[in-house]
Amino acid sequence: MPRTLAEKVWEAHVVRRAEGEPDLLYIDLHLVHEVTSPQAFDGLRVAGRPVRRPDLTLATEDHNVPTMDIELPIADPVSRVQVDALRRNCAEFGVPLHSLGDRDQGIVHVVGPQLGLTQPGMTVVCGDSHTSTHGAFGALAFGIGTSEVEHVLATQTLSLTPFKTLAVTIDGTLAPGVTAKDVILAVIAEIGTGGGQGYVIEYRGEAIRALSMEARMTVCNMSIEAGARAGMIAPDETTQAYLEGRPRAPKGADWDAAVAAWQELHTDDDAVFDREVVLDAATLAPFVTWGTNPGQGLPLTASVPDPAAITDEHERSAAERALTYMDLVPGTPLRDIRVDTVFLGSCTNGRIEDLRAAAEVLRGRQVADGVRVLVVPGSERVRLAAEDEGLDVVFKEAGAEWRHAGCSMCLGMNPDQLAPGERSASTSNRNFEGRQGKGGRTHLVSPLVAAATAVTGRLTSPADLPPVSPSTYAGKGI
Amino acid sequence: MHTGRAVALRRSNVDTDQIIPAVYLKRVTRTGFEDGLFAAWRNDPDFVLNRPESQGATVLVAGSDFGTGSSREHAVWALRDHGFRVVVSSKFADIFRGNAGKGGLVTACVAQPDVERLWSALEAEPATEVTVDLNARTVSWGSESVPFDIDDYTRWRLMEGLDDVDLTLTHADQVAAFEASRPSWLPTTA
Repeated sequence: MPRTLAEKVWEAHVVRRAEGEPDLLYIDLHLVHEVTSPQAFDGLRVAGRPVRRPDLTLATEDHNVPTMDIELPIADPVSRVQVDALRRNCAEFGVPLHSLGDRDQGIVHVVGPQLGLTQPGMTVVCGDSHTSTHGAFGALAFGIGTSEVEHVLATQTLSLTPFKTLAVTIDGTLAPGVTAKDVILAVIAEIGTGGGQGYVIEYRGEAIRALSMEARMTVCNMSIEAGARAGMIAPDETTQAYLEGRPRAPKGADWDAAVAAWQELHTDDDAVFDREVVLDAATLAPFVTWGTNPGQGLPLTASVPDPAAITDEHERSAAERALTYMDLVPGTPLRDIRVDTVFLGSCTNGRIEDLRAAAEVLRGRQVADGVRVLVVPGSERVRLAAEDEGLDVVFKEAGAEWRHAGCSMCLGMNPDQLAPGERSASTSNRNFEGRQGKGGRTHLVSPLVAAATAVTGRLTSPADLPPVSPSTYAGKGI
Repeated sequence: MHTGRAVALRRSNVDTDQIIPAVYLKRVTRTGFEDGLFAAWRNDPDFVLNRPESQGATVLVAGSDFGTGSSREHAVWALRDHGFRVVVSSKFADIFRGNAGKGGLVTACVAQPDVERLWSALEAEPATEVTVDLNARTVSWGSESVPFDIDDYTRWRLMEGLDDVDLTLTHADQVAAFEASRPSWLPTTA
């Protein structure tokens, strides 16, 4: 029987199947961080259970950690207690941990792929909804709650009811300046924040195939913002080229065996999805959100929508509430919206290609007066790679702050927060009320739009910027 | 079967950052999250949960797409710590619903028109008692009774109060057999 990619990976991991019960699935990789794990380790301790497979488990410190002065003790005592708890738990249960200061520390969803731990056909879980990121490799990867974290630690399995399958096909070619972030924001606006509920999404089509691995991760990362627990892209030569030579990727004969197995990881021609959505890449443009959920987005060239024009009563009242919170007036061109802060980073857009793209825009330009720009690499290795390329110098000379790795202002659990009433252009994944700090207002954007916005202080695409004059360029000595 | 007073939360897309903001997630315990529940909204004295008639309510009746966003199980713990035993909505986010099932919080999925009628009844008479019957899968108030969806397995587990890890460990042999069949090239973290 023809099967989808998701069904193939699912079937290959069924440990036990019984009528009227969920399937018991084996988990190949369990990623752990400090926020959603302490209660799970406590549960093991109380029951006297070990971690079944510490060698399939990896922990990193990311949500709470400061992004400056990392050599000092963590200033927030409550954050420090949580990070210390992770360190004690990992030591007690034998789980490998990349701590603050370690060159493999960073956001869990950046660290796994860069080490080569995330591979096609695997099941990957983490107590974090953006685990969907790893689906870019053709893995079935999804976020779980703390009770499930405990279950995986204890058994290396999860009880799960099969997801439905949703194909999102992006045909054609993206225009220059249109990025993976714009693609996924457009998809979420199209199907809504609940549109993917109950589904695993498979992203397909010419425009998806043309994306780099890092761009594919950006797309899969925000599947959860469309309500889907997982997003997947079939592995291909791009996937293999990314993985080959990474520390945890197979080597020698193992590599050949793995590559042979990966050839089977695609949706069969006659397989049927439960639902299909098709978008034309040529119609996509730089996209920004105007509201308080990731589905409330529009092309940057549009204006703030008028709730009165929305026919659905619930969407209308949600839009009214969002505009009140965001302090926006219907009809205002999105490009007239001024920001106080630009945040470049997160598991959505904190990888080296994101930093390169933003740096290219900022090279020879200056951050607008009164705008704070935080550049937070997704991992310490990304930071080191960027510094090797001199990107840190570009950011600093433009007037941006260059930080250490972590989740940072994506969710403001560390000191990197918006103040009440402040407005950001952010390359992160959620524009929920107060997400980046109580009372803060968030516009989700791509790294290119973030960088251009930093220059003008208004939501801006690089195409809107005047060219850099040669004298400015030379004067900067870059 | 649970009977209690209910709160009408007329909002859709209540994400888990609203249910409990990230700054409240730093505790390392499973309890004590009550003060974070809807923390930003509770600054508003008119917020429905702040009204005197909402005190002691155990059923939350919310708009569609409840629990979207972050996987934080703290959202379930905060609702439970506040005293809620049931959330009624026409649509729940997947991860939230799974977490609720583990945390002893019933998610009763009813049709949106039924949510609307329940909202109206609660706003007309806040003292209205709502009964959620897991066995019959019905939500009842006054003379009304509407069906709700919950999957058989979650319903069974909620009724029996079973420990998932214990259940799975009864299949440890099958886990070990599967483990022995995994390809050798799969990565380890060790």
